[in-house]
Amino acid sequence: MGLDIRWPIGLMFTLIGALLAINGALVKSDHAISLGVNINLIWGIVLLVFGVFMLLGAIKGGKNPPKA
Amino acid sequence: MQPIHLAWIDYTILLAYVAFVIGIGWMLSRYMKTSADFLTSARSIPTWVTGLAFISANLGALELVGMAASGAKYGISTAHFYWVGAIPAMIFLAVFMMPFYYGSKARSVPEYLKMRFDERVRALNSVAFAVMTVFASGISINALAKLLTNLLPWQFNLNFGFIHLGSYDSYLWICSGVVLVYVLKGGLTSAIYTEVLQFFMIVLGFAPVVYLGLKDAGGWHAMNHSLQAVAVDPSALYLKDAGISYAPDAWTSAWTPVLAGPAHNPMGVDWFAMIFGLGFVLSFGYWCTNFLVVQRAMAAKNMTAARNTPLVAAVPKMFFPFLVIVPGMIAAALMSMPDKNYRIPPPIVAQANYDQAIAAVKAANPADPAAAVAAVGTALGKKIDNKRIESLVAAEAGGKLTDTEIKQGLYNSIAENDYDSVILSLVKKYCPAGLLGLALTALLASFMSGMAGNVTAFNTVFTYDLYQAYFAPGKSDRHYFLTGKVITVLGIILSIACAYFAKQYNNAMDIIQLVFGFVNAPLFATFLLGMFWKRATGTGAFIGLFCGIGSSALFHALTIAQGNAPGVKGGYIKVLSTFPSEMAQNFWLAAFAFTVCFTFTLVISLATKSQKTDADLKGLVYSLTPKIVDNNIPVYQRPAVVGIVLLIVCLILNIIFW
Repeated sequence: MGLDIRWPIGLMFTLIGALLAINGALVKSDHAISLGVNINLIWGIVLLVFGVFMLLGAIKGGKNPPKA
Repeated sequence: MQPIHLAWIDYTILLAYVAFVIGIGWMLSRYMKTSADFLTSARSIPTWVTGLAFISANLGALELVGMAASGAKYGISTAHFYWVGAIPAMIFLAVFMMPFYYGSKARSVPEYLKMRFDERVRALNSVAFAVMTVFASGISINALAKLLTNLLPWQFNLNFGFIHLGSYDSYLWICSGVVLVYVLKGGLTSAIYTEVLQFFMIVLGFAPVVYLGLKDAGGWHAMNHSLQAVAVDPSALYLKDAGISYAPDAWTSAWTPVLAGPAHNPMGVDWFAMIFGLGFVLSFGYWCTNFLVVQRAMAAKNMTAARNTPLVAAVPKMFFPFLVIVPGMIAAALMSMPDKNYRIPPPIVAQANYDQAIAAVKAANPADPAAAVAAVGTALGKKIDNKRIESLVAAEAGGKLTDTEIKQGLYNSIAENDYDSVILSLVKKYCPAGLLGLALTALLASFMSGMAGNVTAFNTVFTYDLYQAYFAPGKSDRHYFLTGKVITVLGIILSIACAYFAKQYNNAMDIIQLVFGFVNAPLFATFLLGMFWKRATGTGAFIGLFCGIGSSALFHALTIAQGNAPGVKGGYIKVLSTFPSEMAQNFWLAAFAFTVCFTFTLVISLATKSQKTDADLKGLVYSLTPKIVDNNIPVYQRPAVVGIVLLIVCLILNIIFW
């Protein structure tokens, strides 16, 4: 199929990862629920890296971003 | 279940996911030109995508919820559903069976049966499969609508004159609508793409929950240590009846308790039923013949990709126990640590019952504990822990407790567990806003893709194996393309009807799933003989399959599991044999049905003449098909080589957790 699935996966996780990481970094919240770990920040970065990795794969794959 | 408080970030993640799946459907709709594009993805998808979709179609939300539940109930032995009950069959499918499915150019599993045997076998299989997928999709979407009704704070109460929609109805129709839009737009490819998206959502959404849970339990070794105490006295956590005790490793070893016999493991199964019933009959019957999963491999772009699809899928499948079973084990371990203040949620009790029970606690006379316990138990309407109620009554008499404190005490003394809410209770316990949205979206995603997967399998079988075969053969492709779309809408509507049915009659759903068990148990015998023995005839296969189905119904009617009353759960004609657990009964039933189907197909095939010549069977039967020569592909991509490596890794996992 013409649509490389790495585009939607990459875009979605980059978006969600950035959202989580920014939220974890900026919002002063009680980390007691997650055992003192700023899990939003850490996991947001993990998702962000994964998303960017997928996007890089899609770009290298050669297909231009699909036009809507 | 109390509603969860969701923040704006949680809603944003949820909406982003929905927007992306609809967007994928929209993007793909431009490529949908023929019925093959829509129903079979025109065999064009790369291996890693079909592989992840293959595993994702199986990893429905019900599986996610059910495996965590079993992890708490049975411990690490639950992993046998993966290491024994999936990996070998997936490798077999890849190495031996995919060449016939893909090479025969059949568009569906029933169509392969028609090519190999005759129309009767196809009709039997396709009708059973069509009904089954509609119910499976209905069950999935019903569970999702119920979950959202309990979880989300919005209550709908919409009146459209003649139609009234409550919260459940609204969630049901909204979610079905989303699935309808993206499946109608992008067909099977849409379903496959969203399954891959869902795969990553589940892995990335639940991994942090497992990490935090393990951290809270004090790490892997501390968790195992607590589970040893659980195994010695499971009744303390209401996991088993009082007086039952196992060896300390019953929750933490996969094989030792099973080899020791049914009385020594919480599943109540023996090794033979485990290996032959689950590992051979049920597992091969599901992975190798169920069109829902096989369809994903059939959509691959070439033969090598098709054969490698189940192998790609086997890699994550092997490690899923750490994601889906370990949460259950964490829950059981945490419950045994008093300072963690956690319990597996009890079944839901209505506020009215709590109010009555609170009144009963206040009115109770601490000098007469037996009467107090009886009064509170009647008011709550559940099995209760007598000791906890007695101390609650004493505490109330000693110094007045608030209603909230009494309610908490009552909640903790309900001596039953609602295992299905294990996973959600951990998500609620550990996830801050943000991560919570991610985990819930993962759950929602898997419910919706459960529906989409079944609907896309349904529309292919209905269009090609029922409509084209029996109602309107020889029409233009355009005709079948449009029919496929209409059938998709029909599939969604039927699923919604089944969802309402499931909501209304829980018992009826149990019976339906039981009947599917009867239909599926013998099926692998038909495929095994069909693919590897050219003498197997259509008549033999048809009668063998019928006798197999009949014998499993009979087996069920004559046996029962310990602790069940004769009725829906078996033994409705006469109880000839009693099994230590329902699981053991199911495994033995499958083994029995397989043997009957195998024997009848064999004997009747020998007694009848085949209608097919050797030329007809070329590409359909092992001995008449030229072997695929893998010399032109790199060694690490050859299915046989990869399959052996995977088997070895699986074996090592078994030994580590022996």
